Amino acid sequence: MSTLIIIKIIIILVIFAITLFIAMYSTYAERKIAAVMQDRIGPNRAGPWGILQPLADGGKMFFKEDFIPAFANKKLFIIAPGIAMFTALMTSAIIPWGGSITIWGQTFDLQVADVDIGILYILGVVSIGVYGIMIGGWASNNKYSLFGAVRSSSQMISYELAMGLSILAVIMTTGSLSLKDIVEAQDGGKWNVFYQPLACLLFIVCAFAECNRAPFDLAECESELIGGYHTEYGSMKLGFFLFAEYINMFISSAIISTLFFGGYNFPFMHDLGLSSNALTIVGTLVFFAKICFFIFFFMWVRWTLPRFRYDQLMHLGWKTLIPLAVFNLMLTGGIMLLRDLF
Amino acid sequence: MLSNRSIKVSNKKMTFWERIYLPAIIGGMFVTFKHIFKKKATIKYPEQKRPVSDVYRGKHILKRDENGAERCTACGLCAVACPAEAISMIASERKMGEENLYREEKYASVYEINMLRCIFCGLCEEACPKEAIFLTTELVPPFLERQDFIYGKDRLVEQVDKRVDVSKRKLKHTV
Repeated sequence: MSTLIIIKIIIILVIFAITLFIAMYSTYAERKIAAVMQDRIGPNRAGPWGILQPLADGGKMFFKEDFIPAFANKKLFIIAPGIAMFTALMTSAIIPWGGSITIWGQTFDLQVADVDIGILYILGVVSIGVYGIMIGGWASNNKYSLFGAVRSSSQMISYELAMGLSILAVIMTTGSLSLKDIVEAQDGGKWNVFYQPLACLLFIVCAFAECNRAPFDLAECESELIGGYHTEYGSMKLGFFLFAEYINMFISSAIISTLFFGGYNFPFMHDLGLSSNALTIVGTLVFFAKICFFIFFFMWVRWTLPRFRYDQLMHLGWKTLIPLAVFNLMLTGGIMLLRDLF
Repeated sequence: MLSNRSIKVSNKKMTFWERIYLPAIIGGMFVTFKHIFKKKATIKYPEQKRPVSDVYRGKHILKRDENGAERCTACGLCAVACPAEAISMIASERKMGEENLYREEKYASVYEINMLRCIFCGLCEEACPKEAIFLTTELVPPFLERQDFIYGKDRLVEQVDKRVDVSKRKLKHTV
């Protein structure tokens, strides 16, 4: 029992470190990808190829004056970035990062907690995530921040519906809410993206909206709202907001790969003749490769598509995505029913 | 309608294929992806410099003749020609024994160009009858003090051991 706790603590720390590391280097990747897509070079001064840039940015953030506007609600102003960061980090607890690993005759899952209601937990935590933005925007006492906060909360609520409905189709086919079960069910190349392409598309679109990423970055709108909910923030509080956003992107990529792209499964994984432990390690690496691809995908889309107008956003969410998700749900149900009948 | 430049706006209904946007999005993403492999436009400045023309009009130089004597006779034509009034000078008479320093009997004991006023038009070198002042490809660097931008003879006169080739700019005159 005590080894189990130790192993779990190690897993938690490692995941925490990896999450922060990837979020840190996502900022670098974002700038680099933005640059190469615009025929520029991007950061290349701090260290070789600029790989120390995130450290320099972090250092700068820490040394900035920690300013709180006079008319801001101090308590809420301070607590908001914390909430954003907290909820962003919480989701990583239930993602199955790999299969099981056997050490000293004991088998451990590379997962902090295999919660039975995994997906419900994700949806729950994600919907708390909006509070960080909302409280931040409200506490700033600035019209642009308030606009950003209002936009982002209504956007998140609208897209959470379509997101939940699109996940529901996956849950129906798998018959479980546990992410571990969902990944195991995709073993052997039976990835959900091939069975639920529409749900996958809807989920990815909603994930973009939930992360407040372009083309759904109306909450921030650098060009219109000068940063939206974090206009009044500076120093590491701003850093926390931006960081939380990148963590969200990382987690979203992880969830997309888990739900639709087989998680740590990869094609022909059982034909390689690897031992169980080696297979787990390779599977985890494959999982991270998938995550990195989706992070790249997020950035790729950001530097391709222009931002939606607000009415277009709501139109897309309520009149297109939700009906499509319901249609997909009914289609899935119908096919399952037919399969049971015949 | 008077200008005949009004453009007819087409408000035709989008087809289903256009309305789902996905083909357009994929097309757009393909375009951005192609740009990853394109040649970058950036010039990494301190290490790499943009090539300038041979007749680029940069910082001025006061030439010496082949014996190393200053060519300038302080006639003041450059100062008169200067549209920005950036040039000022004080003329002096050459003393005995200074023949190797100054080409003719009169020379400029003080010659100053205010690089903040200068517009680098090159009229001074066009006005010069003695082929004494030329513009070079060198740039005037930034300074923190305004005073530092007033270049005196110490920074303008060509160094004997570091001759600057201005033949490219001379060619322009003869043509």
